[in-house]
Amino acid sequence: MAGLHRTNGGGRVDRTKRLSFTFDGKAYEGFAGDKLASALLANGVHLVGRSYKYHRPRGILSAGAEEPNALVTVDRGRGRTAPNLRATQVELYDGLVAESQNRWPSLAYDFGAVNSLFSPLLAAGFYYKTFMGPRLLGSNWAWHKIYEPLIRRAAGLGKAPSLPDPDRYANRFAHCDVLVIGAGPAGLAAALAAAEAGARVILCDEQAELGGSLLSEWSVEIDGVPASSWVDEAVRTLAASSRVTLLPRTQAFGYFAQNFVALAERLTDHLGNPDPAAPRERLWQVRAKEVVLATGAIERPIVFPDNDRPGIMLADAARTYVNRYGVRPGLRAVVIAACDSGYAAALDLHRAGTAVAMVIDPRANGDSGLAGSVRAAGIEVQIGATVTATRGSQRVSAVQIGRAGTEGRASTGEWVPCDHVVMAGGWTPSVHLFSQSRGKLAWSDDAQAFLPSAIAPGQAQRSAGACRGVFGVAAALDDGFAAGRAAVGREPLGRTFKVTHDITDFRGIAGSHGAGARGSKAFVDFQHDVTVRDLKLAAQEGFRAIEHVKRYTTTGMATDQGKTSNINALAIVADHLGKPIPEVGLTTFRQPYTPVTFGTIAGASRGDLFDPVRRTPCDAWAQAQGAMFEDVGAWKRAHYFPQAGEDMHTAVARECRTVRSAVGMFDASTLGKIEVVGPDAAEFLERLYINSFQKLGVGRCRYGVLLNEAGFIIDDGVIGRIAADRFHVTTTTGGAARVLHMMEDYAQTEFPDLKVWLTSTTEQWAVIAVQGPRARDVLAPLVDGVDIGATDFPHMSVKAGRICGVDARIFRVSFTGELGFEINVPADFGADVWEAVWREVQKHGGCAYGTESMHVLRAEKGFIIVGQETDGTVTPDDVGLGWATGKGKRDFVGMRSLSRPDMVRSGRKQLVGLLTADPKRVLEEGSQVVEGLRPPAGTPALGHVTSAYWSEALGRSIALALVADGRTRIGTRLNVPMPDGDVAVDVVTPVFLDPKGERLNG
Amino acid sequence: MLLITCPYCCTARPESEFRYSGEAHIARPLEPATVSDDDWAAFLYMRTNPKGLHAERWRHIHGCGRFFNALRNTVTDQILKTYPAGTPRPGLGAPAEGGR
Repeated sequence: MAGLHRTNGGGRVDRTKRLSFTFDGKAYEGFAGDKLASALLANGVHLVGRSYKYHRPRGILSAGAEEPNALVTVDRGRGRTAPNLRATQVELYDGLVAESQNRWPSLAYDFGAVNSLFSPLLAAGFYYKTFMGPRLLGSNWAWHKIYEPLIRRAAGLGKAPSLPDPDRYANRFAHCDVLVIGAGPAGLAAALAAAEAGARVILCDEQAELGGSLLSEWSVEIDGVPASSWVDEAVRTLAASSRVTLLPRTQAFGYFAQNFVALAERLTDHLGNPDPAAPRERLWQVRAKEVVLATGAIERPIVFPDNDRPGIMLADAARTYVNRYGVRPGLRAVVIAACDSGYAAALDLHRAGTAVAMVIDPRANGDSGLAGSVRAAGIEVQIGATVTATRGSQRVSAVQIGRAGTEGRASTGEWVPCDHVVMAGGWTPSVHLFSQSRGKLAWSDDAQAFLPSAIAPGQAQRSAGACRGVFGVAAALDDGFAAGRAAVGREPLGRTFKVTHDITDFRGIAGSHGAGARGSKAFVDFQHDVTVRDLKLAAQEGFRAIEHVKRYTTTGMATDQGKTSNINALAIVADHLGKPIPEVGLTTFRQPYTPVTFGTIAGASRGDLFDPVRRTPCDAWAQAQGAMFEDVGAWKRAHYFPQAGEDMHTAVARECRTVRSAVGMFDASTLGKIEVVGPDAAEFLERLYINSFQKLGVGRCRYGVLLNEAGFIIDDGVIGRIAADRFHVTTTTGGAARVLHMMEDYAQTEFPDLKVWLTSTTEQWAVIAVQGPRARDVLAPLVDGVDIGATDFPHMSVKAGRICGVDARIFRVSFTGELGFEINVPADFGADVWEAVWREVQKHGGCAYGTESMHVLRAEKGFIIVGQETDGTVTPDDVGLGWATGKGKRDFVGMRSLSRPDMVRSGRKQLVGLLTADPKRVLEEGSQVVEGLRPPAGTPALGHVTSAYWSEALGRSIALALVADGRTRIGTRLNVPMPDGDVAVDVVTPVFLDPKGERLNG
Repeated sequence: MLLITCPYCCTARPESEFRYSGEAHIARPLEPATVSDDDWAAFLYMRTNPKGLHAERWRHIHGCGRFFNALRNTVTDQILKTYPAGTPRPGLGAPAEGGR
């Protein structure tokens, strides 16, 4: 497979290991060590994609993470298609299946290319100008129905997989003394220096091989050995240290406060046959004492007319393909060199057997120290020349050379045939992570680049090498070594590395070069198809700030975030506005540096592990009975227990009937429970709840109402006094954590004088409610040492005793209006006691009931549910709980607020019952309550329905509602407007059943 | 994720162990019944919301459970000092160092 495009030897590919792969269904071969991009180039494939807007043929521009054009979808099987991968980063493996994107039916014959004909329509701001049309058919009708679907189909990138992701993702937290990001010369030297000092070092690099730019060098020698060998030795040294963690294939993509850095490690995507149990990627969250940023620099394209044809490539990429992968991207090249890397590329290509037709240097007085060597190799060098046009439909075939003239115009000259154009526009330091860390950047005239300036407070970091404008192998090594020493608090050793064949001029040029003929396009942002003309148009139309230009033209907003384009765009806008670059500003660098999969971010938090699930001790029984469940907070609660053939409505009706006529049992284990203990426990509760607790006798219970300081109900629950200094407090299921937090707050910060201790016991107790006229009969044979008779154990009392031989707290309480008990037993015995109670319940014709029946039963009694009848704006009086307020209390949380003017005004919404004129009609919860019939739009509602059910006991529908001045409206008729017409309702007191409580006290 | 030093545990822990609890040094009046409507409304609702140093309450809810106070710069998100609940807002001494 030597082929026309493989060099005869050299590079870091293993020519003994052939790998086969397909691209768009066609089979090719490459070598182990290849990237998909290098393997395609080795097979002479340059056309790899179609551009985003104009569907222009595009080739491989770069050799790294900055690639804007060569985006591919890699198919690893069902659910495993990964779109928008950069072919320059995809490691080749045997059997790799890759597809190009954004083309139909094929890359070579792409229908979407007709977009090019309409390109005048697609200029900057075309969305805003074209599609925000008249509102004839409603707001943006045309946009939603016509333009957006069309554009989304025609423009765009790869398709997201539609199947669930079958892969696993891992997550790891790590701490280290020094995190070195980037393993090029600066990073390797920094890691060596820090490791030598005994520090715990993590060195990460996005590539499979550590070494960065050194892997692309051919002739450079470091300390007497070739760069490539020096890298191997450095990596061996680091790997041998137990205190160094090397993370290849690991992209640092986010830099957060206090040296917290997120890394994405690719674990299996490079393998043809990965262990299916192995995680695909791993998210590292690293907290580093010091960070060394050695993120290097990215070469800029040169902006000339039609600079996007396949075969036109960055100089550094050309050097990488030739030197590292042994691939000749072309057979006859023209090099446009605005800095040394272009000249170096000319020499490398020439040595590898590519005919270099010409080197042109657009700088008027540009000359390179390497120009002599290039000329000595017999290559023509033209200074002050530029490219004014290119030819070639699916691959560049010729470039036209012009002389730079006055006012940016260039004279046009000869056409030079070529199949490869190499451009070296200069280098942009990669300050992305530095900027993400909130460091300040400053423009350097000297480097013609933005460089790190002030480090953000709280970040301990330093930049080293090209990312801070220190270019060249020797300087980067020295700078990195000093940074590594400094990161561990050591003085620089003054160590210098001896480097031969180094290049030092990386500044280049920025902006637009050579005005093109009509119809040509000089691309700035390749991935979003933004041209010089677009940027100038934005400036002409009044956009001044670069952030606005960015949004208007979408330059720098593609998945590559403008890695290759931002500085050119900035220079063009600055030039057009006649301002220096720093005055135009710089766009914000955001995470992630390169796209990160959702899988990596989510890690194990998906499916069953997405959210913790809380299950009660009786849960397994309910599941075995075929209960339907509902989510209440993190809890799974049995919603209802359907029998054969029952829907929810019939099941709930049966459950309610059974409770009212015989007995039902209900799993109340999810209730929040807090043990409040201490000599001041009663005083503490007295200060928190609206009720009185000082005088509550031991063995008695009280319905407690908890307000926030603003006077609004936030929780309720039964509170039992177990001993003089011990209370069993229950809260709502959802409010348990919130109430404990609030209690702790007051105990610690407002009432530190009180001796009181708070313990959550929610999960220590299983709670079984037994409710109904036969409840006492059910419990009688099971309890031991407790008199549960009506006289000795009245409603709202609590006793310690035994049930089924287990220590229990038995409450006589009722949330149904029936005779009722709630048995608290240690959670471990919950399931057994439940089964024992269930056997007794069955003997009495009882049933188990779920939360839906519980809701209906309590609504029949007018018992509120916090969060349903209340919404954070409701006071005790609003819902008729004023009676619960302790008499003569001087203070409790929220008390003072209850006398604020807004709380005592008339017109507040009050809890009432609603009975529909049609007893079969069940209202919808949340529907509005109004006075008149068919109110015109804009009529304020009097209130809303908070609860509405079919009541089996009453044989009709019932509802609770909050209605302005509701209590004075009792006996009047109101309306609930619904889409099918007004529903007439009569306002009644909110207690529908047994208002005297005879059943409850039975 | 911020690192926060709990003044009771005397160690820096990740933000996820903590819960934010609003502005600090807003004491509940000892005799609320004697407070005017306006003053009570101010106690309930008025907060300083400064650009810069903010004294605020945090709770080490997944650690020791204690409430404490912190001085945080709302511009940089830096927590410059933490101190026990009930102690006065401290001065910062020397100005905070930038960066390192």
